[in-house]
Amino acid sequence: MSRIHVTTTINGEETDFLCEPQQTLLDVLRDDLDMTGSKEGCGSGDCGACSVILDGRLVCSCLVLAPEAEGRSVETIEGMAEGDKLHPLQQKFLEMAALQCGVCTPGILVAAKNLLERNPDPTEEEVRYWLAGNLCRCTGYDKIIRAVMETAADLRGAA
Amino acid sequence: MIFSSPETIEEAAALLAADAEARPLAGGTDLLVRLRARQIAPSAIVDLKRIPELREITEESGGWRIGAAVPSAQMNEHAALKSAWPGVCEGADLIGSTQIQGRCTVAGNLCNAGPAADSVPCLVAAGAVARIAGPTGTRDLPVEDIPTGPGKTALKPGEFVASILLPAPAARQGSAYLRFTPRTEMDIAVAGVGIALSLDGAGKIETARIALGAVGPKVIVADEAAQTLIGTTGDDAALDALSQDASAAATPISDKRGTAEFRREVIGVLAKRAAKIALTRAKGDTA
Ligand SMILES: Cc1cc2nc3c(=O)[nH]c(=O)nc-3n(C[C@H](O)[C@H](O)[C@H](O)COP(=O)(O)OP(=O)(O)OC[C@H]3O[C@@H](n4cnc5c(N)ncnc54)[C@H](O)[C@@H]3O)c2cc1C
Repeated sequence: MSRIHVTTTINGEETDFLCEPQQTLLDVLRDDLDMTGSKEGCGSGDCGACSVILDGRLVCSCLVLAPEAEGRSVETIEGMAEGDKLHPLQQKFLEMAALQCGVCTPGILVAAKNLLERNPDPTEEEVRYWLAGNLCRCTGYDKIIRAVMETAADLRGAA
Repeated sequence: MIFSSPETIEEAAALLAADAEARPLAGGTDLLVRLRARQIAPSAIVDLKRIPELREITEESGGWRIGAAVPSAQMNEHAALKSAWPGVCEGADLIGSTQIQGRCTVAGNLCNAGPAADSVPCLVAAGAVARIAGPTGTRDLPVEDIPTGPGKTALKPGEFVASILLPAPAARQGSAYLRFTPRTEMDIAVAGVGIALSLDGAGKIETARIALGAVGPKVIVADEAAQTLIGTTGDDAALDALSQDASAAATPISDKRGTAEFRREVIGVLAKRAAKIALTRAKGDTA
């Protein structure tokens, strides 16, 4: 079976890879491109640990076939910090201890960033609904929600 | 497995017609789950998302045509579609999480033919018509005729749904979808009701269509229940009759999500509540 050659943009950089048709985008990110920040929790779209942004939309990379990425733009957790400078959400998650084991954190950060780009002033309810597809088994969510709300407020203040 | 991403409807139909084991791919939120669980092993996957016209929501004769590759998030970002058919959009908005809605389509929800599909009851209540493309051209079929039972559709080999047309809304019209789930998000409907109704100039219900989800092997068109509303103002007596008729029209099974008895009861309650929301919307009030 011949492999498929895919050219796509990942975190702003043009990237090439070869994949099998049934490989998922998550498989390729983790196993072939060494971008292991996106996690495989459930592999069935329920947990959100593999969240990435595909052409501006938040999706589970475990439910995207790798060849679908041809010509598209993919943003992953690896593109969130600028060098050593953490994204304000990342910084706030650390300050407020909005994580424990950390497996869900990359997905939650990617999802929260996408939310704040669309809606800089979300209500708590909107944050909770937006993140309903990101499961966390440690924190009880409260610190996560507060960290997102506070980051949103900081970013609005800075703007 | 062969992966292809045709750029025209004709090309997609030809690829699907050439291989009986090939499957169309829309958002992949059902297909990929089944593929990864090895419940299916298609010989080919035909991605519909590179066909430009399938990615659009376009106005047609006062109604809206939704391409088969339009994710439900795109529907809910479309202000005019939402105001014309709020019930259809809220059904689509209940499918899974933000991540799922960035991908899932109402055509995929329909063609997956799950009895509990959330977007289907209100599409049916709206009188939506699917445009089916196939190797010999296109044909139109009311959405309620697409699923024939759990996981089964009326599509013939090589055929796929290219788009779904929501008709022009009547004057003074309201629509709504309500479901019952133990959790508010990320759950599968135990029962669901879609309704579309319109009022005459004097405030009486002139037209009504009601469809029930998750209480039968496929979506149920509850015509008798709808008839009880017509000519009334949607007063309590009419809503009670509606409730009873909706329960009577249900043919539920008992499973881990609920007993048949519970589902029959809940579908009646949901029908009444959905009708109230649709009435409020028809009167131009916000709900
Ligand atoms: C975490 C999670 C939560 C979910 N929650 C819900 C929920 O709350 N409510 C709900 O109703 N569903 C839910 N689903 C199921 C699923 O998201 C929906 O059924 C969705 O609408 C499927 O659309 P899709 O575009 O992703 O379909 P796909 O997965 O691409 O396709 C589904 C099936 O239909 C076929 N198909 C797709 N498009 C066409 C077409 N145009 N013509 C012919 N055949 C076609 C495919 O070959 C496949 O067999 C959930 C799924 C996940 C993973």
